[in-house]
Amino acid sequence: MSALVLVFAIPLAGALVLALIGHRPQARNVNVIFSLGTLLAAALLTAQIIASGPLFALERQFFIDPLNVFLVTLTAFVGFTTSVFSRPYMRIEEDHGRMTPGRMRLYFSMYQLFSFTMLLALTTNNMGILWVAMEAATLTTVMLVSIYRTPASLEAAWKYFILCGVGIAQALFGTILLYMAAQRVIGEGANALLWTNLDAAKSQLDPAIMALAFVFLFIGYGTKVGLVPLHNWLPDAHAEGPTPISAVLSGLLLNVALYAVIRCKVLTDGALGNHFASQLMIGFGLLSVVAAAFFLSRQKDVKRMFSYSSIEHMGLMTFAFGIGGPIANFAGLLHMTVHSLVKSAIFFAVGHAAQKAGTQLMENIRGLIKVSPTVGWGLMLGTLAILGMPPFGIFASEFLILTSAMRQVPWATPLLLLGLGIAFAAIFSRVQPMVFGQTSAKPLAHSPALLPVFTHLGLGLMLGFYIPPYLDAWYRQAARIIGG
Amino acid sequence: MTTLISQLINLFAAVILMLSFAMLAQRRILSLIHLFALQGLAVVGATTVVAYVTDQHHLYYSAALTLALKVFLIPWLLHRLIDRLNVRWDIETLINIPSTMLIGIVLVVFAFNLALPISQLSAAITRGTLGIALASVLLSFMMMIIRSKAVPQVIGFLAMENGLFFAATSATHGMPMVVELGIALDVLVGVFILGVFMFQIREQFDSLDIRHLENLKED
Repeated sequence: MSALVLVFAIPLAGALVLALIGHRPQARNVNVIFSLGTLLAAALLTAQIIASGPLFALERQFFIDPLNVFLVTLTAFVGFTTSVFSRPYMRIEEDHGRMTPGRMRLYFSMYQLFSFTMLLALTTNNMGILWVAMEAATLTTVMLVSIYRTPASLEAAWKYFILCGVGIAQALFGTILLYMAAQRVIGEGANALLWTNLDAAKSQLDPAIMALAFVFLFIGYGTKVGLVPLHNWLPDAHAEGPTPISAVLSGLLLNVALYAVIRCKVLTDGALGNHFASQLMIGFGLLSVVAAAFFLSRQKDVKRMFSYSSIEHMGLMTFAFGIGGPIANFAGLLHMTVHSLVKSAIFFAVGHAAQKAGTQLMENIRGLIKVSPTVGWGLMLGTLAILGMPPFGIFASEFLILTSAMRQVPWATPLLLLGLGIAFAAIFSRVQPMVFGQTSAKPLAHSPALLPVFTHLGLGLMLGFYIPPYLDAWYRQAARIIGG
Repeated sequence: MTTLISQLINLFAAVILMLSFAMLAQRRILSLIHLFALQGLAVVGATTVVAYVTDQHHLYYSAALTLALKVFLIPWLLHRLIDRLNVRWDIETLINIPSTMLIGIVLVVFAFNLALPISQLSAAITRGTLGIALASVLLSFMMMIIRSKAVPQVIGFLAMENGLFFAATSATHGMPMVVELGIALDVLVGVFILGVFMFQIREQFDSLDIRHLENLKED
């Protein structure tokens, strides 16, 4: 209970403190300290869950179950490593004159507020508050995307705000319909929107209302997941914002949005008793995998390329949860975890590589292995991991997703393989010269923080052949909650 | 009595829908803000009547919140914004208002059909208004698509929120208070951020025309 309160209280306090002192040079350390505090609180919470199982807090308004416990820990962890990464990264950006003390203050306080909104979205039991937190997560990041005030970044941020704003408005309509269905069974008041109450009464919810509600909720939260054709904001926002923000957007925010879709799917499946929600998810997931693979093969900007790769992987997860059943759900949850670790590691490496080359254009980034071997190896290993090479964890999850696809939706398997194959060829052929080619770039002024890169890749590697027993148990229980 | 009240709610709903159409056709930014404030007032009226009939006290609070936010605070902020940006008399050349209206009518028919099976399940006095709420959401959505200036796009965004609020009132007698407060906070913060944004766009491009923001392409 107290650990759960600390998980929100620390980033919220961090946002306030950094709004006051964020322009000072020490602020980058303060940011790391607050993120570390959040991570420790999340670790404490996780230890409580391992010891005593799922819990509720504050009159059942907040809850932790196997489906969100690992996401809370992952969010706190990646939030911490990204704050470590942004210390030298933002300092170099300041030296390049792209950041001023005022902008740094905005950056740090919004960073903490963003962590807060994601943790709130993950742990709230109330579907209405989930919506509020998702919208707040957009609002906190929109200022971060436009922080460099360049024409391209303003365009990206405007697009992000308007598209996600429209998307999230659809989700609000879906939430209203969900409440309407719930009122008829549970009665009025805030408790009618509690997910646990809805889950208990899901078989009595009106199927006509729930089907329409799910369509709106899926479009709404699906926009934030970045599913094709609602993905337009995603590559722009990733490419034009600062790299630490690209890392947390890809690694964390997309996961949180997908988490919201999963919670809605469980309720819809229970109410409808057919495969309507699953088919919608399979269709959009498959479309995202294939379309993103074609889009990414045409990119010139390295951050845009990897953001299309995020769309592809989010599509793959959506597809997996659409298939459902213990194996595909397990694979989807594993993929969520490993993708988040590996993709943020790639963005860390790419960020430093782009700073060295002074550009994000791939044809101008060359020979990383000579200038700074650690960045080069980080990028190479990260790329191999994201492309699903064994023994990294993504290989395991993609293998499981493909085998369950073969069993349940055999027609989809060739399309999936096509998408994965194109992505492999496109990304590998671009990254190879970036790492090994000839270069004349100079080393960076401040030594880059590469510990986060290798910690993430190490964990991604570990999950490829060893999943800790409690994590395995959570995945299995969560897979049962998500169901078919 | 009940028929009178349900007709009163229907009247407010019709006013909301008419104002959505009026906003779609309006070319002056200043008049657009007035129409938005009027729509907010109509939503407040409908909410108050529903609150009175169903005796739901929290609906009075949310009506008051909407009155403060959508009728006074946000229009006032928008006024200040266009004053500071000096776009008060900006007239937007909208191509072909009649065909916009026709597409709008198609959207209304679509919304009514979509909401038909569900509005039968909603409470007796607000039956039929869910379709109108959905229609005004879709009309505002369309307004955001066809406008090329930043301020009308934002007003479209806010009008969509009006439609959603009305949907919540007519379908469920209002969302729980805690959710409603959260939504109000998000909208308010959103308006502030958009305001800051417009100054940044203006500074960069010397104009608030969104057509400048079309350089990032899918390639």
